[in-house]
Parts: sequence; structure tokens; C-alpha cells
Amino acid sequence: MKCGIVVFPGSNCDHDCYHILKNILNQETHWLWHKNPTDLDSFDLVVLPGGFSYGDYLRAGAISCFSPIMNSVIPFAKKGGKVLGICNGFQILVESGLLPGALMQNHTRKFICKNVHVRVENTTTPFTSKCGENSVLQIPIAHHQGSYYIDPHSLTDMEERGQILFRYCDVKGDITESSNPNGSVGSVAGICNEQKNVMGMMPHPERCADPLWPNIDGQSIFHSLISQS
Amino acid sequence: MLAQIHVTFKEGVLDPQGKTVHHALNDLGYDEVLDVHIGKYLEVKLDSVSEEEAEIRVREMCERLLANTVIESFRFKLVSTE
Repeated sequence: MKCGIVVFPGSNCDHDCYHILKNILNQETHWLWHKNPTDLDSFDLVVLPGGFSYGDYLRAGAISCFSPIMNSVIPFAKKGGKVLGICNGFQILVESGLLPGALMQNHTRKFICKNVHVRVENTTTPFTSKCGENSVLQIPIAHHQGSYYIDPHSLTDMEERGQILFRYCDVKGDITESSNPNGSVGSVAGICNEQKNVMGMMPHPERCADPLWPNIDGQSIFHSLISQS
Repeated sequence: MLAQIHVTFKEGVLDPQGKTVHHALNDLGYDEVLDVHIGKYLEVKLDSVSEEEAEIRVREMCERLLANTVIESFRFKLVSTE
């Protein structure tokens, strides 16, 4: 699988994504500098990594979605190319309109950095095909603006179309008020577009995919993508 | 010309900061406070545009960048700086 990792000024999970894809999973992996519009036709996957691109000025992701590389990423996604946005990458995808809804300040008004559990809601996408049905993954979150919002009518439409891929849950997979760390509507932790080729998630699978650590739950997302290419 | 732009959350979108300040004001004894909304105020200085053009272009700036219209609404005033 040929992967590209976009580097914005302020990205700070770019090296983690590169390490997992290149060194742990042995995939051909390239850097994509934000200032260089790039022909992405030969790529199988573009990753928008976590971090604080452009200092989160105005709103998280609001400035990055107009950077030159996005003039390549948006047409790539519209042609069916697979795009994975993690944390700040998810924020950029909603700001660019590639994914519906918005990400708001956590309802606790605090930055939250901890391990959480998410339940896999749909295993028929290129991002989740290697996850067990209704399986529970433990993946860390680290964000201040991760509360997913969309109006209730659109949320129902997304649920019916299978666009909700992950929901925050407890260790047993039950979705409760206390298992929702940031106030996201429907406990949504990750979604995809209607065509199922663009996914955004707030949890960081690249932070739990190196077997040096005891938890490698994040690998199932990368394995899903590799199995598709 | 100066565009004075206010961006606030839409009705029905949870504003945790506004809610906290609302409670704090009530705690201070301001029982008349019914609701608080916290938003952003932006001043955008404009050069060589007519008021009609500015009206159209500032609205476009708000829709494209300054506000996220999924969750925020905006209003603005154009003020002459001459």
C-alpha cells in the first residue's frame, strides 16, 4: 500500500503515523508537505495526522483546509481515494466539507488525554473490515475540540447509511453517559462519508499499534486498509 | 471601511462556556440573567471597496472561513473609517 502522510505546520502525530505504516507494517510511506500540491493518483491512502495545525487558530482545522496540499487531497477523496483523518485530521476533514458535522470544544471545557474504549459500529468499510463486529477497542484520545456535533436529523441519516464507525463505550461495549468523554452527539468517536472512502476519528490508533507496547488495538484499522489495497 | 463581525453558536448548539458563565453570574446574585452566549468578535479592515461590494464579500468571508455555519451564525456591521 502506498501511503502519504500530510505534514502541516503544527502536526505532531505525523511521525507516529509514519513509524507505524513504514516500520511496523512495512508499507511504502511518503511525506506530503502542506505547501506542495502533489499528484496523488498513485497513492492508496492519505493520512491527515493529529496535532495543532496552524495553532488551532480561529477553529481547529479551519486554516489547514485551505492549504495547498488540500487542493490535491480534496479531488483525490472525491475520486474515491482513501483518506484517514486522525484527531486534528478529523477536524480538518469536517472543516473542508469532506465529512459532515463539526467538532466543538469538549463539554468539560478541558483538554482530555486518556485511554478510552470505542465500539466498532460498522465493519463493512475499508477502514474497519478487519475489526470484529461490535468489537471493543481501547484507543487513547488527546483533544480539546473533539465533541462531535451534527443536527439530530442528519445523525439519524448517517446511522441509517452506516456512516457511524466508532462510538465511545465502556469496557464491556455498553454506551453510557459516563463512557462519553467529550459530549459528542450519539457518543460518536469516528465517522465516514457516504461513499465510505473518507474516515475521521478522534481517538489515535497510531498510538496503540507498535508491539513494543502492550496495547495494539489500533492495528486493526491499519490492517483493514492494507487488506483493501 | 471596517467590518465588525460577531460569530456565535447557533440556537440549540451547546455552549459550555456560556453556560458556565451564566451559572457564575447567577451565583453572584444576578438572578435576572436568563442566558449567556459567548462568541467571537472580529474586526476586518477593508480597502477600496464600495459598501455594496463589501456587504457581499464580507458575507462570503464569513461563510467560507470566519464562521463554521454548521454550528455558528454570524452578523456584521460595516463602519466607515474616513
